[in-house]
Amino acid sequence: MVSDADLHVNDAPSRSDPDAAIFGAASLDPILARHNHDANNLLQILREIQEQHGYIPPDAVDRLITSLKIPRVKIEGMAAFYSFLHLQPHGEYRVLFSDNITDRMLGSAALMEQMCRELWVEPGKVSEDGLVSVGTTSCTGMCDQGPALLVNNIAVTNLTAQRVGTLCELIRNRVPLSRWPAELFTVTNHIRRKDILLGSELAPGSALAALLARGAAQTLDEIKISKLRGRGGAGFSTATKWETCRAALGEQHYVVCNADEGEPGTFKDRMLLASCADTVIEGMTLCARIIGAQKGFIYLRGEYRYLLEHLQRVLQRRREHKLLGRGILGHPDFDFDIDIHVGAGAYICGEESALIESLEGKRGTPRNRPPFPVTHGYLNQPTVVNNVETFAAASLIALHGGAWYAGIGTGTSSGTKLLSVSGDCAHPGIYEYPFGVTVAQVLADCGAKNTQAVQVSGPSGVCLAENEFGRRIAFEDIPTAGAFMVFDRSRDMFEVARNFVHFFAHESCGFCTPCRVGTPLLRNMMDKLARGRGSPYDFAEIEKLNLLLQSMSHCGLGHSACNPVLDTIAKFRPAYDQRLLHKDYVPAFDLDYALSQARRMTGRDDTGAHLGEAE
Amino acid sequence: MSEATFTLDGKTIPFREGQTIMQAAMAAAAYIPRLCYHPGLKPHGSCKLCTVKVNGRHTASCTYQAQPGLAVESDTEELNGERRSLLQMLFVEGNHFCPSCEASGNCQLQATAYELKMMTPHYDHFFPDRPVDASHPEYLLDFNRCILCSLCVRASRDVDGKNVFALAERGIKTRLIVNAESGLLADTNFSADDMAAHVCPVGVILRKRTGFSVPIGQRTYDINPISALPQPKAGES
Amino acid sequence: MATAPGPKLKVATVSLAGCFGCHMSLLDIDERLFDLVELVEFDRSPLTDIKHCGPCDIGYIEGGVCNAENVQVLREFRANCRTLISVGACAINGGLPAQRNHLPLSAVLDEIYQSGPCIATGCTIPNDPELPLLLNKVHPIHEVVKVDYFIPGCPPSADAIWKALNDIIAGREPNLGHGLIHYD
Repeated sequence: MVSDADLHVNDAPSRSDPDAAIFGAASLDPILARHNHDANNLLQILREIQEQHGYIPPDAVDRLITSLKIPRVKIEGMAAFYSFLHLQPHGEYRVLFSDNITDRMLGSAALMEQMCRELWVEPGKVSEDGLVSVGTTSCTGMCDQGPALLVNNIAVTNLTAQRVGTLCELIRNRVPLSRWPAELFTVTNHIRRKDILLGSELAPGSALAALLARGAAQTLDEIKISKLRGRGGAGFSTATKWETCRAALGEQHYVVCNADEGEPGTFKDRMLLASCADTVIEGMTLCARIIGAQKGFIYLRGEYRYLLEHLQRVLQRRREHKLLGRGILGHPDFDFDIDIHVGAGAYICGEESALIESLEGKRGTPRNRPPFPVTHGYLNQPTVVNNVETFAAASLIALHGGAWYAGIGTGTSSGTKLLSVSGDCAHPGIYEYPFGVTVAQVLADCGAKNTQAVQVSGPSGVCLAENEFGRRIAFEDIPTAGAFMVFDRSRDMFEVARNFVHFFAHESCGFCTPCRVGTPLLRNMMDKLARGRGSPYDFAEIEKLNLLLQSMSHCGLGHSACNPVLDTIAKFRPAYDQRLLHKDYVPAFDLDYALSQARRMTGRDDTGAHLGEAE
Repeated sequence: MSEATFTLDGKTIPFREGQTIMQAAMAAAAYIPRLCYHPGLKPHGSCKLCTVKVNGRHTASCTYQAQPGLAVESDTEELNGERRSLLQMLFVEGNHFCPSCEASGNCQLQATAYELKMMTPHYDHFFPDRPVDASHPEYLLDFNRCILCSLCVRASRDVDGKNVFALAERGIKTRLIVNAESGLLADTNFSADDMAAHVCPVGVILRKRTGFSVPIGQRTYDINPISALPQPKAGES
Repeated sequence: MATAPGPKLKVATVSLAGCFGCHMSLLDIDERLFDLVELVEFDRSPLTDIKHCGPCDIGYIEGGVCNAENVQVLREFRANCRTLISVGACAINGGLPAQRNHLPLSAVLDEIYQSGPCIATGCTIPNDPELPLLLNKVHPIHEVVKVDYFIPGCPPSADAIWKALNDIIAGREPNLGHGLIHYD
């Protein structure tokens, strides 16, 4: 059952040349040409400039203003929205430790401290010589092989003190990334359980041939019969989405594959794109045939940048085999091609309308809905946005038929689901199960012991306690986008929730008031409890704030930012109670510490120069 | 033919096809609190002050299309409590020191907070470090009071065709920026004739040498509460 | 105002990092002061010159928290007053003193005592233990202790204070209508 498909990547881009201060036309022109001088591709243009130079230099900004005829504020507004883009030099080596709770459980904090110590750099700052910056970033999707980091956006996994030492030496010696030992960049796909999707060897083109033989409308019927539902978590009927889009009027229709797998603890799309890219792309292609699209996009999260060349090779091979491009499989009326857009560090872009904004070269702010993307999506045209796994499943259905697929899983949740299992278990990795599998079964299979809790579907999902392990992974019971993080009894569930709250505050797009201000307020309140300054008053405040986020926020991020806290309060209340050390309200800040600057300036240390806790 | 209607807190509100709940309510002189909505600009739905309940669900009334027979709740204790919390968030997010602000008495944030009886900002203040831009000969920008409603961004982009303003960064770090390499208003083509010069609901975009000319007691919201004032038309702040 | 049914309520007042404007505004209730003293007696207050507050029913606090002494006085009020009222802009959001919050305290002290344009050479930052040390930032009082009621304004008008006190004495949440609720 266990099989490891190793994907060895050595496509890491070389680091920038520190002496190349001027961003010449020579480097910008090919980038602009590659993106048709189209301002809709601004994010891709900025990302490539950043890749070449380590940041987006002022003269590049000037040139983009004239070449793309866009205002400066558009570039500045974009660059400062995406956390991987920088308008100032941010170090020749930009190291970002993945800050998911699973990385933390594996000791990432100490490793980051070690690196900062060895490289003489403060966390979050650039070293004085401009060589390196070390910081944290949201989950990089390597939870099955953490702790992990990104160096110039390329993943390094399985960190140990020794590996961190190696990295520090390479950085100190200014060795270009392209000459780093390839072994450092190895990403392993731990496929632990295969079922119909991972177990089938789908020959490239076979599902398309089945589609062409059956006809587009009939294939849509098969999708309908299959009862396939979106695998991004919400579970919307795929056939309904495709049918609505097919019927929608527009100059162009578009297919978008949402590979912005940003939910902490999820990494199944990474594996699918690495190991089953053909199946995914084939699903997109048959969707294109059904809805009448000629153009598609894969929106690949920036953390998976290392997959870009691999995916481009797959696309190219498919073009050569007439499975993509003009006249697919010899049908003169079947044209479809795919561009890959790489994200730049913004979880919110996993929300489909924010993703479309990002594809259009804008800040990733969720749109007002309705209208929905199926009628008004990319460039306001009818657009299907589906999860990576949904497209892969569609390929299987085209090949094997809807009835076959509907017979797997449960009545309302047909087919299988990929779970990304991580945390306290012997065998983290990808598990494919028919829908309806119990949490207990997954725990047994992954070798989890003394399990206290499972966070299903990431921070925005649900936290399950032991008495709920009999529940089932299915839309009608526990819906999930795929994350399955295991916590044993040694873990502090308050700290788990606090990590998730920090994640939401960091990833809030800032569009709406409740999320923009509410998530950092919530973060500060959780930090207050963590510092031992909590009282029942703060606890009540946390509950009130969560309800406000839930009811008033603009999109799912704000709505679900309260989930980890509300869940852990309901199920692991003692983890909170033990932090309510004070009967009455105490300030969030340390009053004595708040006098420290004045003490330093006056040289005083008498009793009047200190403040104790209130009696 | 009788026109289509919905109810707002039990009151019948007529509407035309395509109108949002907010637009129909304003036409009927029914007050729903709002900060980021302006009749002359495309609805945005970011401040969330105008959140109402439609069929028991919270939704921003400025972006929600009116439909016949909807039962909309707005002036309820629950919603006003939630709105008050949003106002408190806006007050602690920036530096809102009303006594020294030229917009005081004419400020929609302040007037809305009076309307909803906000007695305290309640939360811990962020006390952010934000700049003041006095570079322009006629206008002053005090970013301390920015509530990120994007009215100036949209007015400048969609009406003035200039893109003088935009938002940068994200989350609590989101900030208003100005379209110039220097970042200064003086180095843009901003002008007093722009719609963007007149839509700021708070005290960020201020005309110089006109501050405090109206004595306390005679300012816009000294005379009438914001809920009782005629609804602004396009082009008016 | 209704006449007091029982013993008079004890009221303490103080100005922390404030300008006494909210006390002046209290005095501005003019002849209604006669009604007020029928209902309340003052404990610690600039009006009585009592230095420490004993057990009280109401604490009336103007000004924010900018130094160690403010913290100690505020704590004394919180410990002794059943009901604490935060009065005026400075108590409620830090007000004018909080305008220094975007500057490091070191820069403020340096400018005022050492490098400012009107400072004689050789001046240093005073370090007399009699002087309260400044906090890094100025805080509204609700960020330091629990506060029960708020009367906003800079200062709140006499009418607003009178209405709010009446409400509080009658056991009601203060309810200031249009014209009485003000932040400036």
